[in-house]
Amino acid sequence: MSASRKVRRVPLHLVVIVLALIWLSPSLGLLVSSFRPRQDLLASGWWTAVATPSEWGRFTTGNYQDVLLRQGMGRAFLNSFIITVPTTLITLTIAALAAYALSWMEFRGRQVLLMTVVGLIVIPLQMTLIPVLRMFNVLRLSGTFPGIWLAHAGYGLPLMIYLLRNFFGALPRELFESAYMDGATPFTAFLRLVLPLSVPVLASAAIFQFLWVWNDLLVALVYLGGYSEVAPLTLRLSLLVGSRGQDWHLLTSAAFVSMIVPMVVFFSLQRYFVRGILAGAVKG
Amino acid sequence: MTVTNKGRAHWFYLAPALLLLGVFLVYPSAETIRLSFYGPRSDVFVGVQNYLRAFTSAPMLTTFRNNLLWMAVFTLFTVGMGLLLAVILDRVRYETLIKSVIFLPMAISYVAAGVIWRFVYAFRPAVAPQIGLLNAIIVGMGGQPVWLLIQRPWLNNLALIAVGVWVWTGFCMVILSAAYKGIPREMQEAARIDGANEWQVFRCVTIPFLKSTLAMITTTMIVFVLKMFDIVYIMTNGAYDTDVIANRMYNEMFQFNNYGTASAIAVILFLAIVPFIVLNVRRFRAQEAVR
Repeated sequence: MSASRKVRRVPLHLVVIVLALIWLSPSLGLLVSSFRPRQDLLASGWWTAVATPSEWGRFTTGNYQDVLLRQGMGRAFLNSFIITVPTTLITLTIAALAAYALSWMEFRGRQVLLMTVVGLIVIPLQMTLIPVLRMFNVLRLSGTFPGIWLAHAGYGLPLMIYLLRNFFGALPRELFESAYMDGATPFTAFLRLVLPLSVPVLASAAIFQFLWVWNDLLVALVYLGGYSEVAPLTLRLSLLVGSRGQDWHLLTSAAFVSMIVPMVVFFSLQRYFVRGILAGAVKG
Repeated sequence: MTVTNKGRAHWFYLAPALLLLGVFLVYPSAETIRLSFYGPRSDVFVGVQNYLRAFTSAPMLTTFRNNLLWMAVFTLFTVGMGLLLAVILDRVRYETLIKSVIFLPMAISYVAAGVIWRFVYAFRPAVAPQIGLLNAIIVGMGGQPVWLLIQRPWLNNLALIAVGVWVWTGFCMVILSAAYKGIPREMQEAARIDGANEWQVFRCVTIPFLKSTLAMITTTMIVFVLKMFDIVYIMTNGAYDTDVIANRMYNEMFQFNNYGTASAIAVILFLAIVPFIVLNVRRFRAQEAVR
Protein backbone atom coordinates (compact mmCIF):
# COMPACT_ATOMS: atom_id res chain seq x y z
CA MET A 1 0.00 0.00 0.00
CA SER A 2 1.47 3.37 -1.00
CA ALA A 3 2.05 6.12 1.55
CA SER A 4 -0.47 8.49 -0.08
CA ARG A 5 -3.14 5.78 -0.01
CA LYS A 6 -2.43 5.29 3.69
CA VAL A 7 -2.87 9.00 4.35
CA ARG A 8 -6.13 9.04 2.45
CA ARG A 9 -7.39 6.21 4.64
CA VAL A 10 -6.83 8.13 7.89
CA PRO A 11 -10.37 9.61 7.99
CA LEU A 12 -11.81 6.09 7.48
CA HIS A 13 -9.89 4.74 10.49
CA LEU A 14 -10.90 7.77 12.54
CA VAL A 15 -14.60 7.28 11.83
CA VAL A 16 -14.38 3.58 12.67
CA ILE A 17 -12.50 4.14 15.92
CA VAL A 18 -14.75 6.99 17.07
CA LEU A 19 -17.86 4.88 16.42
CA ALA A 20 -16.36 1.94 18.30
CA LEU A 21 -15.53 4.21 21.25
CA ILE A 22 -19.07 5.63 21.30
CA TRP A 23 -20.43 2.08 21.39
CA LEU A 24 -18.00 0.82 24.01
CA SER A 25 -17.82 3.70 26.48
CA PRO A 26 -21.28 3.30 28.09
CA SER A 27 -20.57 -0.34 29.00
CA LEU A 28 -17.02 0.47 30.02
CA GLY A 29 -18.31 3.20 32.34
CA LEU A 30 -20.66 0.69 33.93
CA LEU A 31 -17.91 -1.88 34.44
CA VAL A 32 -15.43 0.59 35.95
CA SER A 33 -18.04 2.20 38.19
CA SER A 34 -19.23 -1.13 39.55
CA PHE A 35 -15.82 -1.54 41.21
CA ARG A 36 -15.72 1.93 42.79
CA PRO A 37 -16.78 2.65 46.37
CA ARG A 38 -19.91 4.78 46.72
CA GLN A 39 -18.15 7.97 47.82
CA ASP A 40 -15.60 7.79 44.97
CA LEU A 41 -18.33 7.21 42.45
CA LEU A 42 -20.13 10.38 43.51
CA ALA A 43 -16.94 12.46 43.78
CA SER A 44 -15.69 12.06 40.21
CA GLY A 45 -16.52 10.52 36.84
CA TRP A 46 -15.40 6.96 36.06
CA TRP A 47 -12.99 8.23 33.40
CA THR A 48 -11.04 9.99 36.15
CA ALA A 49 -10.60 6.68 37.94
CA VAL A 50 -9.32 5.07 34.76
CA ALA A 51 -6.89 7.91 34.05
CA THR A 52 -5.52 8.25 37.59
CA PRO A 53 -3.25 5.30 38.52
CA SER A 54 -3.28 6.35 42.20
CA GLU A 55 -7.01 5.58 42.30
CA TRP A 56 -6.62 2.04 40.97
CA GLY A 57 -5.84 0.71 44.42
CA ARG A 58 -9.26 1.85 45.60
CA PHE A 59 -11.20 -0.50 43.32
CA THR A 60 -13.22 -2.95 45.39
CA THR A 61 -15.61 -5.85 45.00
CA GLY A 62 -17.69 -4.55 47.89
CA ASN A 63 -20.59 -3.46 45.66
CA TYR A 64 -20.85 -6.98 44.27
CA GLN A 65 -20.98 -8.51 47.75
CA ASP A 66 -23.70 -6.03 48.61
CA VAL A 67 -25.95 -6.70 45.60
CA LEU A 68 -25.42 -10.48 45.60
CA LEU A 69 -25.91 -11.02 49.32
CA ARG A 70 -28.11 -8.17 50.50
CA GLN A 71 -30.05 -6.96 47.44
CA GLY A 72 -31.24 -10.38 46.32
CA MET A 73 -29.22 -10.53 43.09
CA GLY A 74 -27.61 -13.82 44.22
CA ARG A 75 -30.96 -15.55 44.51
CA ALA A 76 -32.12 -13.86 41.28
CA PHE A 77 -29.03 -15.22 39.49
CA LEU A 78 -30.05 -18.74 40.47
CA ASN A 79 -33.67 -18.05 39.49
CA SER A 80 -32.58 -16.88 36.04
CA PHE A 81 -30.88 -20.25 35.49
CA ILE A 82 -33.88 -22.17 36.87
CA ILE A 83 -36.12 -20.29 34.44
CA THR A 84 -33.86 -20.24 31.39
CA VAL A 85 -32.33 -23.71 31.14
CA PRO A 86 -35.52 -25.83 31.33
CA THR A 87 -37.34 -23.35 29.06
CA THR A 88 -34.64 -23.69 26.41
CA LEU A 89 -34.70 -27.49 26.57
CA ILE A 90 -38.51 -27.71 26.47
CA THR A 91 -38.83 -25.23 23.58
CA LEU A 92 -36.14 -26.87 21.50
CA THR A 93 -37.45 -30.42 21.97
CA ILE A 94 -41.01 -29.51 21.07
CA ALA A 95 -39.92 -27.27 18.18
CA ALA A 96 -37.62 -29.96 16.73
CA LEU A 97 -40.40 -32.57 16.73
CA ALA A 98 -42.83 -30.17 15.05
CA ALA A 99 -40.24 -28.93 12.54
CA TYR A 100 -39.48 -32.54 11.57
CA ALA A 101 -43.13 -33.28 10.85
CA LEU A 102 -43.49 -30.00 8.96
CA SER A 103 -40.49 -30.73 6.75
CA TRP A 104 -40.69 -34.46 6.03
CA MET A 105 -44.25 -35.61 6.50
CA GLU A 106 -47.07 -35.16 4.04
CA PHE A 107 -50.46 -34.40 5.55
CA ARG A 108 -53.44 -32.22 4.86
CA GLY A 109 -53.23 -28.70 6.21
CA ARG A 110 -49.44 -28.70 6.42
CA GLN A 111 -49.07 -25.56 4.33
CA VAL A 112 -51.70 -23.74 6.39
CA LEU A 113 -50.02 -24.80 9.61
CA LEU A 114 -46.65 -23.57 8.35
CA MET A 115 -48.07 -20.20 7.41
CA THR A 116 -49.76 -19.90 10.79
CA VAL A 117 -46.43 -20.55 12.50
CA VAL A 118 -44.72 -17.90 10.33
CA GLY A 119 -47.52 -15.46 11.07
CA LEU A 120 -47.29 -16.09 14.81
CA ILE A 121 -43.57 -15.15 14.89
CA VAL A 122 -44.31 -11.43 15.12
CA ILE A 123 -47.58 -11.45 17.06
CA PRO A 124 -47.29 -8.96 19.97
CA LEU A 125 -47.16 -10.72 23.34
CA GLN A 126 -49.47 -7.99 24.63
CA MET A 127 -52.29 -9.80 22.83
CA THR A 128 -51.89 -12.76 25.20
CA LEU A 129 -51.00 -11.32 28.60
CA ILE A 130 -54.43 -10.82 30.19
CA PRO A 131 -56.06 -14.16 29.26
CA VAL A 132 -52.91 -16.14 30.11
CA LEU A 133 -52.54 -14.36 33.44
CA ARG A 134 -56.16 -15.16 34.28
CA MET A 135 -55.67 -18.78 33.27
CA PHE A 136 -52.54 -18.91 35.44
CA ASN A 137 -54.40 -17.47 38.40
CA VAL A 138 -57.09 -20.14 38.08
CA LEU A 139 -54.52 -22.93 37.69
CA ARG A 140 -52.27 -21.46 40.42
CA LEU A 141 -49.38 -21.15 37.95
CA SER A 142 -48.64 -17.45 38.51
CA GLY A 143 -45.42 -16.99 40.42
CA THR A 144 -44.27 -20.55 39.67
CA PHE A 145 -41.39 -21.82 37.57
CA PRO A 146 -43.48 -24.35 35.56
CA GLY A 147 -45.86 -21.53 34.60
CA ILE A 148 -43.13 -19.34 33.16
CA TRP A 149 -41.39 -22.32 31.48
CA LEU A 150 -44.58 -23.09 29.57
CA ALA A 151 -45.35 -19.45 28.73
CA HIS A 152 -41.85 -18.83 27.38
CA ALA A 153 -41.96 -22.10 25.46
CA GLY A 154 -45.24 -21.08 23.83
CA TYR A 155 -43.91 -17.64 22.93
CA GLY A 156 -40.59 -18.95 21.61
CA LEU A 157 -41.97 -21.84 19.55
CA PRO A 158 -42.92 -20.05 16.29
CA LEU A 159 -39.41 -18.69 15.66
CA MET A 160 -37.73 -21.92 16.79
CA ILE A 161 -39.95 -24.09 14.57
CA TYR A 162 -39.27 -21.75 11.65
CA LEU A 163 -35.48 -21.79 12.15
CA LEU A 164 -35.27 -25.57 12.56
CA ARG A 165 -37.68 -26.30 9.73
CA ASN A 166 -35.61 -24.23 7.29
CA PHE A 167 -32.63 -26.40 8.14
CA PHE A 168 -34.38 -29.79 8.34
CA GLY A 169 -36.17 -29.14 5.05
CA ALA A 170 -32.86 -28.55 3.27
CA LEU A 171 -31.42 -31.95 4.22
CA PRO A 172 -31.00 -34.22 1.16
CA ARG A 173 -33.89 -36.58 0.52
CA GLU A 174 -31.57 -39.50 -0.38
CA LEU A 175 -30.47 -39.59 3.23
CA PHE A 176 -33.94 -40.59 4.34
CA GLU A 177 -34.46 -43.01 1.46
CA SER A 178 -31.36 -44.98 2.34
CA ALA A 179 -32.24 -44.91 6.04
CA TYR A 180 -35.66 -46.40 5.31
CA MET A 181 -34.06 -49.05 3.08
CA ASP A 182 -32.07 -50.04 6.15
CA GLY A 183 -35.31 -50.36 8.09
CA ALA A 184 -35.30 -47.11 10.06
CA THR A 185 -38.61 -45.78 11.34
CA PRO A 186 -39.40 -42.07 11.04
CA PHE A 187 -38.59 -41.63 14.71
CA THR A 188 -35.20 -43.37 14.56
CA ALA A 189 -34.42 -41.32 11.45
CA PHE A 190 -35.21 -38.22 13.51
CA LEU A 191 -33.04 -39.28 16.45
CA ARG A 192 -30.10 -40.83 14.61
CA LEU A 193 -30.03 -38.78 11.43
CA VAL A 194 -31.74 -35.42 11.64
CA LEU A 195 -30.65 -34.37 15.14
CA PRO A 196 -26.93 -35.21 14.77
CA LEU A 197 -26.80 -33.46 11.39
CA SER A 198 -28.49 -30.39 12.83
CA VAL A 199 -26.18 -29.68 15.74
CA PRO A 200 -25.10 -26.26 14.39
CA VAL A 201 -28.65 -25.01 13.87
CA LEU A 202 -29.77 -26.51 17.19
CA ALA A 203 -26.94 -24.60 18.86
CA SER A 204 -27.99 -21.35 17.17
CA ALA A 205 -31.62 -21.86 18.15
CA ALA A 206 -30.67 -22.77 21.73
CA ILE A 207 -28.54 -19.62 22.11
CA PHE A 208 -31.38 -17.50 20.75
CA GLN A 209 -33.96 -18.90 23.10
CA PHE A 210 -31.54 -18.85 26.05
CA LEU A 211 -30.66 -15.17 25.57
CA TRP A 212 -34.26 -14.19 24.84
CA VAL A 213 -35.51 -15.78 28.05
CA TRP A 214 -32.54 -14.65 30.15
CA ASN A 215 -33.01 -11.05 29.00
CA ASP A 216 -36.81 -11.01 29.10
CA LEU A 217 -38.49 -8.52 31.39
CA LEU A 218 -42.13 -8.34 30.24
CA VAL A 219 -43.06 -12.01 30.65
CA ALA A 220 -41.40 -12.25 34.07
CA LEU A 221 -42.99 -8.98 35.14
CA VAL A 222 -46.50 -10.16 34.28
CA TYR A 223 -46.40 -13.80 35.42
CA LEU A 224 -43.88 -13.58 38.28
CA GLY A 225 -44.40 -9.92 39.19
CA GLY A 226 -45.55 -10.09 42.78
CA TYR A 227 -43.35 -13.01 43.84
CA SER A 228 -39.85 -11.82 44.71
CA GLU A 229 -38.56 -15.27 45.67
CA VAL A 230 -38.83 -16.46 42.03
CA ALA A 231 -37.80 -13.17 40.34
CA PRO A 232 -35.06 -13.44 37.67
CA LEU A 233 -32.19 -10.96 37.34
CA THR A 234 -33.98 -8.60 34.95
CA LEU A 235 -36.96 -8.27 37.28
CA ARG A 236 -34.80 -7.81 40.38
CA LEU A 237 -32.69 -5.21 38.59
CA SER A 238 -35.76 -3.29 37.45
CA LEU A 239 -37.03 -3.24 41.06
CA LEU A 240 -33.65 -1.90 42.14
CA VAL A 241 -33.90 0.88 39.53
CA GLY A 242 -37.27 1.79 41.01
CA SER A 243 -36.26 1.75 44.67
CA ARG A 244 -32.55 2.72 44.61
CA GLY A 245 -32.47 4.79 41.38
CA GLN A 246 -29.60 7.05 42.47
CA ASP A 247 -27.43 4.41 44.20
CA TRP A 248 -25.10 3.97 41.27
CA HIS A 249 -22.68 1.72 43.16
CA LEU A 250 -25.52 -0.83 43.48
CA LEU A 251 -27.11 -0.31 40.07
CA THR A 252 -23.86 -0.62 38.13
CA SER A 253 -22.75 -3.81 39.86
CA ALA A 254 -26.24 -5.35 39.74
CA ALA A 255 -26.51 -4.55 36.02
CA PHE A 256 -23.14 -6.16 35.42
CA VAL A 257 -24.19 -9.29 37.33
CA SER A 258 -27.16 -9.59 34.97
CA MET A 259 -24.85 -9.18 31.93
CA ILE A 260 -22.14 -11.71 32.78
CA VAL A 261 -23.85 -14.84 31.45
CA PRO A 262 -25.07 -13.30 28.18
CA MET A 263 -21.60 -11.86 27.60
CA VAL A 264 -19.89 -15.20 28.20
CA VAL A 265 -22.39 -16.89 25.87
CA PHE A 266 -21.88 -14.14 23.32
CA PHE A 267 -18.08 -14.21 23.29
CA SER A 268 -17.74 -17.99 23.33
CA LEU A 269 -20.54 -18.76 20.85
CA GLN A 270 -20.69 -15.59 18.73
CA ARG A 271 -20.34 -17.68 15.54
CA TYR A 272 -23.55 -19.62 16.25
CA PHE A 273 -25.35 -16.48 17.37
CA VAL A 274 -24.56 -14.66 14.13
CA ARG A 275 -25.43 -17.74 12.09
CA GLY A 276 -28.80 -17.92 13.83
CA ILE A 277 -29.55 -14.28 13.08
CA LEU A 278 -28.67 -14.75 9.44
CA ALA A 279 -30.75 -17.93 9.14
CA GLY A 280 -33.73 -16.35 10.88
CA ALA A 281 -33.68 -13.09 9.07
CA VAL A 282 -31.90 -13.24 5.75
CA LYS A 283 -33.82 -16.21 4.36
CA GLY A 284 -36.16 -15.02 1.66
CA MET B 1 -41.14 -34.37 -0.71
CA THR B 2 -40.81 -37.76 0.89
CA VAL B 3 -43.87 -39.29 2.45
CA THR B 4 -42.50 -40.81 5.61
CA ASN B 5 -45.54 -41.12 7.79
CA LYS B 6 -48.07 -43.85 7.94
CA GLY B 7 -51.57 -42.78 8.92
CA ARG B 8 -51.67 -40.21 11.69
CA ALA B 9 -48.14 -40.45 13.04
CA HIS B 10 -47.49 -36.77 12.32
CA TRP B 11 -49.82 -35.79 15.14
CA PHE B 12 -47.45 -37.38 17.62
CA TYR B 13 -44.77 -34.89 16.52
CA LEU B 14 -47.07 -31.91 16.22
CA ALA B 15 -49.31 -32.29 19.26
CA PRO B 16 -47.07 -30.69 21.92
CA ALA B 17 -46.35 -27.67 19.70
CA LEU B 18 -49.98 -27.24 18.68
CA LEU B 19 -51.06 -27.45 22.29
CA LEU B 20 -48.64 -24.74 23.44
CA LEU B 21 -49.30 -22.48 20.43
CA GLY B 22 -53.02 -22.83 21.02
CA VAL B 23 -52.92 -22.23 24.75
CA PHE B 24 -50.40 -19.38 24.79
CA LEU B 25 -50.90 -17.58 21.46
CA VAL B 26 -54.05 -18.40 19.50
CA TYR B 27 -56.69 -18.73 22.22
CA PRO B 28 -55.46 -15.73 24.30
CA SER B 29 -55.35 -13.49 21.21
CA ALA B 30 -58.96 -14.33 20.38
CA GLU B 31 -59.94 -13.80 24.02
CA THR B 32 -58.18 -10.41 24.11
CA ILE B 33 -60.19 -9.28 21.07
CA ARG B 34 -63.37 -10.28 22.94
CA LEU B 35 -62.28 -8.55 26.17
CA SER B 36 -61.58 -5.32 24.27
CA PHE B 37 -65.36 -4.87 23.91
CA TYR B 38 -65.96 -5.28 27.63
CA GLY B 39 -65.55 -3.01 30.65
CA PRO B 40 -62.61 -2.78 33.11
CA ARG B 41 -63.54 -6.03 34.87
CA SER B 42 -64.68 -7.83 31.71
CA ASP B 43 -68.27 -8.19 32.92
CA VAL B 44 -70.16 -5.44 31.05
CA PHE B 45 -70.35 -5.23 27.28
CA VAL B 46 -69.39 -1.69 26.27
CA GLY B 47 -69.19 -1.92 22.47
CA VAL B 48 -66.41 0.16 20.93
CA GLN B 49 -66.11 2.49 23.92
CA ASN B 50 -62.60 1.28 24.82
CA TYR B 51 -61.47 2.02 21.27
CA LEU B 52 -63.08 5.44 21.26
CA ARG B 53 -61.31 6.21 24.51
CA ALA B 54 -58.02 4.92 23.14
CA PHE B 55 -58.23 7.09 20.05
CA THR B 56 -59.31 10.27 21.83
CA SER B 57 -57.58 10.35 25.25
CA ALA B 58 -54.57 12.63 25.49
CA PRO B 59 -52.15 10.05 27.01
CA MET B 60 -52.92 7.58 24.23
CA LEU B 61 -52.45 10.20 21.52
CA THR B 62 -49.03 10.90 23.05
CA THR B 63 -48.12 7.23 22.79
CA PHE B 64 -49.15 7.18 19.12
CA ARG B 65 -46.99 10.22 18.44
CA ASN B 66 -44.06 8.66 20.29
CA ASN B 67 -44.37 5.33 18.50
CA LEU B 68 -44.33 7.20 15.18
CA LEU B 69 -41.24 9.11 16.29
CA TRP B 70 -39.56 5.84 17.34
CA MET B 71 -40.55 4.29 14.03
CA ALA B 72 -39.01 7.09 11.97
CA VAL B 73 -35.86 7.88 13.98
CA PHE B 74 -35.02 4.43 15.33
CA THR B 75 -35.50 2.72 11.98
CA LEU B 76 -33.57 5.37 10.07
CA PHE B 77 -30.60 5.24 12.45
CA THR B 78 -30.39 1.46 13.04
CA VAL B 79 -30.62 0.66 9.33
CA GLY B 80 -28.54 3.68 8.29
CA MET B 81 -25.74 3.10 10.80
CA GLY B 82 -25.86 -0.64 10.11
CA LEU B 83 -25.37 0.03 6.41
CA LEU B 84 -22.60 2.56 7.00
CA LEU B 85 -20.76 0.15 9.29
CA ALA B 86 -21.20 -2.80 6.94
CA VAL B 87 -19.60 -0.80 4.11
CA ILE B 88 -16.76 0.91 5.97
CA LEU B 89 -15.79 -2.03 8.19
CA ASP B 90 -15.27 -4.11 5.07
CA ARG B 91 -12.30 -1.83 4.33
CA VAL B 92 -10.36 -2.20 7.58
CA ARG B 93 -8.38 -5.20 8.79
CA TYR B 94 -9.65 -5.08 12.37
CA GLU B 95 -13.23 -5.58 11.16
CA THR B 96 -14.02 -8.55 13.46
CA LEU B 97 -12.97 -6.70 16.61
CA ILE B 98 -15.07 -3.60 15.88
CA LYS B 99 -18.03 -5.73 14.86
CA SER B 100 -17.94 -7.50 18.22
CA VAL B 101 -17.95 -4.13 19.99
CA ILE B 102 -20.96 -2.86 18.02
CA PHE B 103 -22.79 -6.16 18.27
CA LEU B 104 -22.27 -6.75 21.99
CA PRO B 105 -25.28 -4.70 23.22
CA MET B 106 -27.51 -7.20 21.35
CA ALA B 107 -26.55 -9.86 23.90
CA ILE B 108 -27.55 -7.97 27.04
CA SER B 109 -31.03 -7.18 28.33
CA TYR B 110 -32.87 -3.93 27.75
CA VAL B 111 -32.99 -3.56 31.52
CA ALA B 112 -29.19 -3.61 31.72
CA ALA B 113 -29.00 -1.31 28.67
CA GLY B 114 -31.42 1.01 30.45
CA VAL B 115 -29.22 1.15 33.55
CA ILE B 116 -26.12 1.73 31.41
CA TRP B 117 -27.74 4.70 29.66
CA ARG B 118 -29.37 6.15 32.75
CA PHE B 119 -25.82 6.36 34.03
CA VAL B 120 -24.61 8.00 30.80
CA TYR B 121 -27.42 10.58 31.11
CA ALA B 122 -26.98 11.01 34.90
CA PHE B 123 -27.63 14.61 35.88
CA ARG B 124 -26.26 16.62 38.81
CA PRO B 125 -26.52 20.37 39.42
CA ALA B 126 -23.70 22.46 37.99
CA VAL B 127 -22.01 22.86 41.42
CA ALA B 128 -21.41 19.10 41.82
CA PRO B 129 -18.96 17.05 39.73
CA GLN B 130 -20.74 15.37 36.83
CA ILE B 131 -20.63 11.58 36.96
CA GLY B 132 -22.63 10.95 33.78
CA LEU B 133 -20.54 10.89 30.60
CA LEU B 134 -22.90 13.05 28.56
CA ASN B 135 -23.18 15.90 31.06
CA ALA B 136 -19.45 15.74 31.75
CA ILE B 137 -18.84 16.34 28.04
CA ILE B 138 -21.41 19.17 27.94
CA VAL B 139 -19.90 20.85 31.01
CA GLY B 140 -16.38 20.23 29.71
CA MET B 141 -17.28 22.19 26.60
CA GLY B 142 -18.56 25.05 28.75
CA GLY B 143 -22.29 24.24 28.74
CA GLN B 144 -24.85 23.81 31.50
CA PRO B 145 -25.73 20.26 32.62
CA VAL B 146 -29.11 19.01 31.33
CA TRP B 147 -31.53 16.60 32.94
CA LEU B 148 -32.16 14.93 29.59
CA LEU B 149 -34.94 12.55 30.63
CA ILE B 150 -37.31 15.38 31.56
CA GLN B 151 -36.67 17.54 28.45
CA ARG B 152 -40.09 16.98 26.87
CA PRO B 153 -41.20 16.36 24.30
CA TRP B 154 -38.33 15.78 21.88
CA LEU B 155 -34.98 15.51 23.66
CA ASN B 156 -36.10 12.91 26.20
CA ASN B 157 -37.76 10.79 23.54
CA LEU B 158 -34.66 11.00 21.37
CA ALA B 159 -32.56 10.04 24.40
CA LEU B 160 -34.61 6.85 24.79
CA ILE B 161 -34.47 6.13 21.07
CA ALA B 162 -30.67 6.45 21.23
CA VAL B 163 -30.63 3.51 23.66
CA GLY B 164 -32.61 1.43 21.18
CA VAL B 165 -30.26 2.42 18.36
CA TRP B 166 -27.27 1.45 20.51
CA VAL B 167 -28.77 -2.01 21.02
CA TRP B 168 -30.07 -2.77 17.52
CA THR B 169 -27.48 -1.26 15.14
CA GLY B 170 -25.32 -4.37 15.57
CA PHE B 171 -28.16 -6.57 14.33
CA CYS B 172 -28.59 -4.50 11.16
CA MET B 173 -24.83 -4.34 10.66
CA VAL B 174 -24.39 -8.13 10.86
CA ILE B 175 -27.15 -8.84 8.34
CA LEU B 176 -26.16 -6.05 5.94
CA SER B 177 -22.51 -6.98 6.19
CA ALA B 178 -23.26 -10.58 5.19
CA ALA B 179 -25.30 -9.32 2.23
CA TYR B 180 -22.61 -6.77 1.31
CA LYS B 181 -19.95 -9.46 1.16
CA GLY B 182 -22.20 -11.37 -1.21
CA ILE B 183 -21.95 -8.64 -3.86
CA PRO B 184 -19.61 -9.80 -6.63
CA ARG B 185 -16.43 -7.74 -6.30
CA GLU B 186 -16.08 -7.52 -10.09
CA MET B 187 -19.27 -5.45 -10.25
CA GLN B 188 -17.82 -2.76 -8.03
CA GLU B 189 -14.39 -2.94 -9.67
CA ALA B 190 -15.94 -2.61 -13.12
CA ALA B 191 -17.80 0.51 -12.03
CA ARG B 192 -14.59 2.00 -10.59
CA ILE B 193 -12.64 1.27 -13.78
CA ASP B 194 -15.39 3.02 -15.71
CA GLY B 195 -14.61 6.10 -13.63
CA ALA B 196 -17.31 5.94 -10.97
CA ASN B 197 -16.37 7.47 -7.62
CA GLU B 198 -17.04 5.69 -4.32
CA TRP B 199 -20.39 7.43 -3.83
CA GLN B 200 -21.57 6.42 -7.32
CA VAL B 201 -20.44 2.82 -6.73
CA PHE B 202 -22.39 2.83 -3.47
CA ARG B 203 -25.52 4.32 -5.00
CA CYS B 204 -25.61 2.47 -8.31
CA VAL B 205 -24.10 -0.92 -7.46
CA THR B 206 -24.23 -1.53 -3.70
CA ILE B 207 -27.70 -0.18 -2.91
CA PRO B 208 -29.54 -2.02 -5.72
CA PHE B 209 -27.87 -5.26 -4.59
CA LEU B 210 -28.87 -4.75 -0.97
CA LYS B 211 -32.40 -3.61 -1.73
CA SER B 212 -34.26 -6.74 -0.61
CA THR B 213 -32.12 -7.11 2.53
CA LEU B 214 -32.71 -3.44 3.38
CA ALA B 215 -36.46 -3.88 2.93
CA MET B 216 -36.42 -6.96 5.15
CA ILE B 217 -34.52 -5.40 8.06
CA THR B 218 -36.51 -2.16 7.81
CA THR B 219 -39.73 -4.10 8.34
CA THR B 220 -38.11 -6.10 11.15
CA MET B 221 -37.07 -2.88 12.90
CA ILE B 222 -40.54 -1.36 12.50
CA VAL B 223 -42.14 -4.42 14.08
CA PHE B 224 -39.67 -4.27 16.98
CA VAL B 225 -40.26 -0.61 17.51
CA LEU B 226 -44.04 -0.94 17.58
CA LYS B 227 -43.68 -3.48 20.40
CA MET B 228 -40.98 -1.49 22.25
CA PHE B 229 -41.59 -1.78 25.98
CA ASP B 230 -38.58 -2.44 28.23
CA ILE B 231 -36.46 0.63 27.46
CA VAL B 232 -39.31 3.03 28.20
CA TYR B 233 -40.42 1.06 31.27
CA ILE B 234 -36.93 1.16 32.77
CA MET B 235 -35.85 4.67 31.85
CA THR B 236 -38.98 6.77 32.49
CA ASN B 237 -41.99 4.42 32.78
CA GLY B 238 -43.65 6.72 30.29
CA ALA B 239 -43.41 9.87 32.41
CA TYR B 240 -42.69 13.30 30.88
CA ASP B 241 -44.51 12.48 27.61
CA THR B 242 -42.32 9.50 26.74
CA ASP B 243 -44.98 6.79 26.92
CA VAL B 244 -45.36 4.22 24.13
CA ILE B 245 -48.23 1.90 23.25
CA ALA B 246 -46.81 -1.26 24.84
CA ASN B 247 -45.95 0.45 28.12
CA ARG B 248 -49.37 2.12 28.21
CA MET B 249 -51.00 -1.28 27.77
CA TYR B 250 -49.00 -2.65 30.70
CA ASN B 251 -49.97 0.27 32.91
CA GLU B 252 -53.67 0.09 31.98
CA MET B 253 -53.46 -3.55 32.99
CA PHE B 254 -51.50 -3.34 36.25
CA GLN B 255 -51.70 0.23 37.49
CA PHE B 256 -55.32 0.98 36.60
CA ASN B 257 -56.65 -2.61 36.44
CA ASN B 258 -58.61 -1.64 33.36
CA TYR B 259 -58.65 -4.89 31.40
CA GLY B 260 -61.01 -3.58 28.74
CA THR B 261 -58.87 -0.62 27.72
CA ALA B 262 -55.67 -2.67 28.07
CA SER B 263 -57.12 -5.26 25.68
CA ALA B 264 -58.21 -2.57 23.21
CA ILE B 265 -54.67 -1.13 23.22
CA ALA B 266 -53.24 -4.62 22.63
CA VAL B 267 -55.61 -5.06 19.67
CA ILE B 268 -54.57 -1.68 18.23
CA LEU B 269 -50.93 -2.78 18.50
CA PHE B 270 -51.85 -6.05 16.83
CA LEU B 271 -53.66 -4.28 13.98
CA ALA B 272 -50.60 -2.10 13.40
CA ILE B 273 -48.52 -5.27 13.04
CA VAL B 274 -50.97 -7.21 10.82
CA PRO B 275 -49.53 -5.77 7.56
CA PHE B 276 -46.12 -7.10 8.58
CA ILE B 277 -47.57 -10.53 9.39
CA VAL B 278 -49.06 -10.61 5.90
CA LEU B 279 -45.74 -9.49 4.44
CA ASN B 280 -43.82 -12.22 6.30
CA VAL B 281 -46.24 -14.94 5.22
CA ARG B 282 -46.04 -13.75 1.60
CA ARG B 283 -42.26 -13.70 1.70
CA PHE B 284 -42.30 -17.19 3.14
CA ARG B 285 -44.58 -18.48 0.38
CA ALA B 286 -42.31 -17.00 -2.28
CA GLN B 287 -39.36 -18.66 -0.61
CA GLU B 288 -41.20 -22.00 -0.46
CA ALA B 289 -42.06 -21.74 -4.15
CA VAL B 290 -38.38 -21.73 -5.17
CA ARG B 291 -37.40 -24.61 -2.90
